[in-house]
Amino acid sequence: MALDLARWQFGITTIYHFLFVPLTIGLSVIVASLQTAWHRTGRTEYLRATKFFGKLFLINFAMGVVTGIVQEFQFGMNWSAYSTFVGDVFGAPLAMEALLAFFLESTFIGLWIFGWDKLPRRVHLACIWAAAIGTNLSAYFILAANAWMRHPVGFEIDPTTGQARLTSIWAVLSNDQAWSTYLHVVSAAFIAAGLFVAAVSAYKLLTRKDEREHELFRRTLRVGFVVTLVAGIVVTVSGDHQAKLMAQYEPMKLAAAEALWDDEHAAGFSIFAVGDIQDGRNHVNVQVPGLLAFLATGDFDGDVQGINDIQERLTAEFGPGSYIPNVGLLYWAFRMMMGLGLAGVAVSVVGLWLTRGGRLFRWDWQYRLVVAALPAALLANIFGWILTEMGRQPWTVVGELLTANSVSPGVSLTEVAISLSAFTLIYAVLAVVEFGLLAKYVKAGTAAVMPYPENDAAEPDRTDDDRVPAFVY
Amino acid sequence: MDLPLVWFLAIAVLWTGYFVLEGFDFGVGALLPVLARDDTDRRVMINSIGPVWDGNEVWLITAVGATFAAFPAWYASMLSGFYLPVLLILLALIGRGVAFEYRGKGDTARWRARWDTVIVLGSAIPAFLWGLIFANLVRGLEMGADHVVTASVFALFNGYAVLGGLLTLSLFLLHGAVFLALKTDGPVRVRARAFAGRSVLVVLPLLVAFVAWTGRGGALAAGVVAVVALVAGAVAIRRGREGWAFTATAVAVGLLSVTIFGTLFPEVLPSTTDPAFSLTIANAASAPYTLTVMSWVALVFLPLVLGYQAWSYWVFRKRVGRDHIPAAH
Ligand code: HDD
Ligand code: HEM
Ligand code: HEM
Repeated sequence: MALDLARWQFGITTIYHFLFVPLTIGLSVIVASLQTAWHRTGRTEYLRATKFFGKLFLINFAMGVVTGIVQEFQFGMNWSAYSTFVGDVFGAPLAMEALLAFFLESTFIGLWIFGWDKLPRRVHLACIWAAAIGTNLSAYFILAANAWMRHPVGFEIDPTTGQARLTSIWAVLSNDQAWSTYLHVVSAAFIAAGLFVAAVSAYKLLTRKDEREHELFRRTLRVGFVVTLVAGIVVTVSGDHQAKLMAQYEPMKLAAAEALWDDEHAAGFSIFAVGDIQDGRNHVNVQVPGLLAFLATGDFDGDVQGINDIQERLTAEFGPGSYIPNVGLLYWAFRMMMGLGLAGVAVSVVGLWLTRGGRLFRWDWQYRLVVAALPAALLANIFGWILTEMGRQPWTVVGELLTANSVSPGVSLTEVAISLSAFTLIYAVLAVVEFGLLAKYVKAGTAAVMPYPENDAAEPDRTDDDRVPAFVY
Repeated sequence: MDLPLVWFLAIAVLWTGYFVLEGFDFGVGALLPVLARDDTDRRVMINSIGPVWDGNEVWLITAVGATFAAFPAWYASMLSGFYLPVLLILLALIGRGVAFEYRGKGDTARWRARWDTVIVLGSAIPAFLWGLIFANLVRGLEMGADHVVTASVFALFNGYAVLGGLLTLSLFLLHGAVFLALKTDGPVRVRARAFAGRSVLVVLPLLVAFVAWTGRGGALAAGVVAVVALVAGAVAIRRGREGWAFTATAVAVGLLSVTIFGTLFPEVLPSTTDPAFSLTIANAASAPYTLTVMSWVALVFLPLVLGYQAWSYWVFRKRVGRDHIPAAH
């Protein structure tokens, strides 16, 4: 029971952390780019866009930071057996993340927020880039740690203590699962961030509250679309690679995600299936022939392993027990990830076409669709993690440590129940607050962060004034 | 060189850095209702730590991350053993971090007042609990041969630990007040100075009692110097030497941390059940390879971090006064 609650807590807090993470990863770079555009051209519109999206970025960033702290402690609090077993290997990238990335991020974000009128323009611009680099660097380290759990490399088991012992940090950091996951997750993050920019812009164009900001949001709408489109290409290519690695390192996960019960030659990609998990077979299965084999092996005639057969092999290797994750959940998580995420990319492609050469959308529902693409992209990110993490079950470290043996033996059910309720409650309250603030600042528009000149005075096209008023608490 | 020892020292340094730095921003947060008379005062106080508090907090994240890498068993037993206090600290840090960012973004006085409460509690609770936790570490916990802590939550609130908590809380309040005296101008500065002068009278006996109760050997010497530093700080703040006063309280906080880690050495989590079950530097450490890798990383990057953090303090060296606070957002 304490195990179940600890799992729920980990799932809830991680998913919650990951609502903010993709936006931070993408928006840091987008805001830095907008400020660079201002720096290069001096055009006031770019400064205004920087400040507007910068404000939204900061509201989101605050949540990313505070939810991240929980993650850092949680391994020790709830998964002490896991922590003792893997600390030697897993702790290293985590410590590096803090030292190399988090210091960079937090210090330079502080300098950026408060340094508008204190730093030379160039240096101030460098600060937001330093923070953006820190953010993306932190993603690499944590993903390398996570990838190690799915494909453990560069370690041995100490015969006296029975614990994992690092033998090559290089192997851990250059793990093919690590860089492949990095590409996939970061591009997925840029899909979410690109659609965030597009959705906010679309909302502003839809509500037409302030004519003066129209030009700006028409531009940023397209910026968001372009970011999403480019990221969409990377996500597809890297996703394909993820599937190949999965076939190699975690065949059970792939089989479950495809509801493929038996080893199959030239396996088809299932579009829709209704199955019987007790019986280990499907009643209905609509397939694209050969596609799964291609996805998994790069060959339409390749062989893909099935759940029942893998279960037999794993029992032979690791002893009796069920090695089958939640098939229904994985099957649909896989499809939701691809479906919702690529739907967001599709919206961007069509949007780019419709707004070509300065055109506007004709219908309001088109703007609404762009707004709806944002939650879809965030959900796609979440489903991706559900696929990855739930698919790894019953293992925490594939082939080495079971989730059931990872939990803290000394922590009582009551304690986990208290922490689970406390986190859930505070996270729910904060979600409402954060959403309210984002909505408020989106509604207030660009005039709230940078007033337009009064009495219809023409606004200067260029802003060369260094003493732009600071963001101050 | 003895790598586990080096890493014990490194982790002691990280915690010390954390207490010295976040100590004053905890103090500033907790002093909001004491030193501010209106919203502008409160904003002066919050903005004085605005650019740096998050960077200070990363010292904690790095200390914990480094403990995970260098002493996995210590990380695991400590965080699971202090489950509920650590939970409270996390909730406090969540609330406080969000509150700094969000308090100015609402329009009503009620909105700001609520977040101010969160800042005060979010600063005071960890300031107390870190002292409680570390005093318990020094004292030892009921822990079996499997390194699973079996002490109940109530056992954590023993006299010595509560003294430790009260000490860190009051010391951080003082440290924060001295920081405000140094970094702000106007009425907040005046009140902060007066508060610092008075609060020494509370902190000093607590510090003396804690050092006397704790100390042995070299750690005792560090504790005594901490007491001297605190007295020097009191003199400096009365004379209006704010820079010296801040240096002195920083040294006092730092040496208190040295006293704690010095007393702990060579154990990292002593067991009161049976000394043979204690976690020590030797039996909790990671293998030499990991420690070597981590040493190189720290050797290259820690100076870099210190460099740019120092630079950021330099950029924001000017005092914050009421006239620096813009009217609206
Ligand atoms: C792919 C990226 C990614 C993933 C999988 C995770 N995080 Fe995260 N984390 C970030 C990407 C990130 C970030 C983008 O760098 C954040 C989000 C907002 C921010 O400030 O930085 C962050 C913030 C953040 C912070 C606060 C840093 C600060 O104070 O500045 C901590 C301590 C962690 N994370 C720790 C974790 C742990 C222990 C995770 C594993 C369960 C985890 N994160 C998953
Ligand atoms: C990059 C770091 C990680 C990320 C982003 C991540 C993400 C996730 C997500 C999204 C879930 C939700 C699945 C669900 O329960 O619905 C999850 C579950 C879980 N994760 Fe991870 N995870 C990470 C690292 C870890 C680590 C280091 C552990 C070590 C113990 C771990 C253990 C678990 C466990 C036990 C669950 C619950 C599984 C379940 O409920 O079936 N994860 N994780
Ligand atoms: C053609 C499209 C895609 C394919 C083939 C694909 C494939 C995969 C696979 C196989 C995994 C599991 C990796 C593992 O557990 O080892 C995965 C994970 C994930 N996917 Fe996708 N994906 C696609 C599109 C997307 C989109 C559009 C998004 C989000 C916008 C997304 C977000 C994620 C995330 C966040 C993860 C978890 C991290 C990871 O393990 O990489 N994916 N994807």
